[in-house]
Amino acid sequence: MKLHSIALATLAFAASTTIASAEGKLSIYNWGNYTSPELITKFEKEYDVDVTITDFDSNDTALAKIRQGYTGFDVVVPSQSFMPIYIGEGLIAETNPGQMENGKNIADDWANPDFDPGRKYSVPWLWYTSGVTVNTENYDGDVNTWGLVLDPPESLKGKINIVPEMNDIMYAAIRYSGGEWCSNDKALLKKVHTLLKDAKQYWASIDYSGIEKIGTGDIAASLDWSGSALKRRLGNPKIAFGFPKEGFTYGSDNIVVLKDAPNMENAKLFQNFLMDPENAALNSAYTRYPAAIEGAEDFYPDDMKGAPELSIPAAVRGNGELLRLCDPETTALYGRIWLDIQK
Amino acid sequence: MAQNFKGRGAPGRKWILTAPALTIILAAAAGPLLIVVVYSFLTPGAYGGVTWKFSWDSWVKVLFERDLFSDELTLATSNLTIFARSIWLALVTTIITLLAGFPTAYFIATRPRTRRDLWLLLITIPFWTNLVIRTFAIQDIIRQEGLLNTALIKLGMVSEPLQILYTDTAVLIGMVYVYLPLMVLPVYASLEKLDSRLLEAASDLYARPRSVLWNVILPSSRSGLIAGSTLVFIPAISTYVTPIMLGGGKRLMMGNYIELLFGQGKDWPYGSAVSIVLMTIVMAALLIYARAGGPKGGAHG
Repeated sequence: MKLHSIALATLAFAASTTIASAEGKLSIYNWGNYTSPELITKFEKEYDVDVTITDFDSNDTALAKIRQGYTGFDVVVPSQSFMPIYIGEGLIAETNPGQMENGKNIADDWANPDFDPGRKYSVPWLWYTSGVTVNTENYDGDVNTWGLVLDPPESLKGKINIVPEMNDIMYAAIRYSGGEWCSNDKALLKKVHTLLKDAKQYWASIDYSGIEKIGTGDIAASLDWSGSALKRRLGNPKIAFGFPKEGFTYGSDNIVVLKDAPNMENAKLFQNFLMDPENAALNSAYTRYPAAIEGAEDFYPDDMKGAPELSIPAAVRGNGELLRLCDPETTALYGRIWLDIQK
Repeated sequence: MAQNFKGRGAPGRKWILTAPALTIILAAAAGPLLIVVVYSFLTPGAYGGVTWKFSWDSWVKVLFERDLFSDELTLATSNLTIFARSIWLALVTTIITLLAGFPTAYFIATRPRTRRDLWLLLITIPFWTNLVIRTFAIQDIIRQEGLLNTALIKLGMVSEPLQILYTDTAVLIGMVYVYLPLMVLPVYASLEKLDSRLLEAASDLYARPRSVLWNVILPSSRSGLIAGSTLVFIPAISTYVTPIMLGGGKRLMMGNYIELLFGQGKDWPYGSAVSIVLMTIVMAALLIYARAGGPKGGAHG
C-alpha cells in the first residue's frame, strides 16, 4: 500500500515537472567555450526563456549526431564549410534571418555569402581568419608566411604546433606549393604530401591545446585563428599574428535552426537577437573573435578595438578567400593525405 | 557437471532466471559491437556516415594500403607501425608498473594490519580526480619551464631544459602514472593472503632472501601479478588522452587512430575495422590471462 502511494507521488511529481518546464526553452548545440554567458543571461531575461548549452568539439561530431535524427537541440553552430551539407541534406529550417527585423545589420561582406545566398538559413555567429601565430622572441623576421610552420626557420624547428583541422592545414600546404584550393591535380598533391611529410619532423604537436602553450619554451609558432591569436597576444605582447602572403582563408561559424527544433519560435528569436550589434559584441568580448554584424565594434571592450588580428589589412585583402568545401572525392583525397601525414 | 545441474531442477528454469541479465548483455554489449562489425563491411558515405553497399575495402585497407598517387597496393606498414607502437607502449607500461607496483604492494602488505588501510587509501587518491586533469598536471611538471626542468637547472644537473613533453617518454610517464594503482591493488590482494609462516619456514630451511622471493613469494602471488598485468595492459593499449596531451598527437596509438578515422578521416567502415582489430588484440591478451593465470589455473599447486 505504502509502495503504491510512493509510486503515485513520484508519477505526479514527474508529470508536474515536465509541465512546468515545457515552455520557454532553448537548446543550443555549440563549440565548447564559444558562447558568452552574459549573452545567454541577457537573452533569458529578455524573453523569459530557459537556455541549455551542449558542447561539441568538431564539425564532424556535430554533423554525425544531427544526422541521426531528433536530438532535442534547437540551434547548432556549424562552420560555413559544412553549411552546404546541412542545407543539402535538409537538416535545417529555412528561417529567413536575412528578412528578420535585425537582418539588415549583417555586415556587407557577410550579407550574401556563397554558402547561404540571401541569408535564408543562417546568422553569422563570429568570423575568423586563419594564419600563423609566432613568438617574436624566437623569430623576428616576416610573419606573413606559411613557411613558418611548413618550412620553418632554424629557431622555430621543433617548437611548432599544428591544429588538427584538415581544411586549414591542407589549404596552407596547397597554397604554399603554389596550387589552388580544391585542386585534385596529382602532381601538385604529391608536392603537398612531400612538403607536409618533411615539415612534420619540425612539429612538436598536432593538438588544439598546443596553441595555448605558445610563448612557453615548448611551442613558439602555431597555425592559428585571429581571435585565438588576439587572446595569446593579450597574455604576452611578444606574440604576433601573420596573414600569409601565399594565401589565407577567412570563414565564419553560423547559427542555424534545426528542422525538427522543439522550440522553433525561440530559436528564431535567438537568431534575430544575435544580429543586434550590442548582443553580437557580447559574444565577441567573450570569444575574442570579431562579429559579422555592422556596428558591433562600437560595443567591443577597449583591448579589442582596432586589434590588428581582427581585421584583414587592406593591402593583403586580395590574398584571402572564403574557405569553401571541396567536392566529396577531393575532400576524401585530402583526408587520405592528411591521415597519412598524421600516422 | 551437467548431469548434476539437471538433477537439481528443470533445465529451462535457469534460462528463465538468467534471461534479464542475458538480455541486457546481448542488447547493451553485443548489439553495438554487431553494428561495428556490420559497418566494417560497408562503403563510406560522403562526408562521414556509411552507405549500405557491401565492400571488403576496409579490411583490405587494414593490411594493405593503396598508394595515394599511383593506386598501387602495398603492405600497410604505417598501420602496422601504429599497431606495433600501441602494443609496445602497453607492454613497456605493464613491465614498469610491475617492477614498481610489486615492491609497493609488498610494502603495504607487510605493514601492521591497522595501518594498511591508510596506505591503500593513499594509493587510490589519484582516482579522486579526473584523468584529463591529472594529465594536465603532468604536462605542467615536465614542460620546459615546468617543475622538473626548473629543479634540474637550479640543481645544476642540466644547463638547457630537457625536451620531455611531446615525446614517447612523456607518453610512457603518463601511462605508468595513470595505471600504476591498477597494478598495485590486485598484487596487494594476493600478497595479503600470503601466509607469513611460509616465509619463516623457508628461512628456517636456509633459503636466502632472494630464493624466498623467487620460490615462495612470487609463485604464490602469481594470480595477482597476472590480474594486475591484464588490468594495466588492456586500458593501456587503447589509451586515448595521454598520446594527444603528452605525446602531442604526432605519434598515434590505436585509440587516436580510430578517432581520426571516424572524425576527420570520414571513413567509418575503416574505423570500424580498426576497432575490431584492437578488440581482437585485447581478446588475445585476455585469453593468455585465462590460460596462464586465471584465478584457478596454473601449474603450481
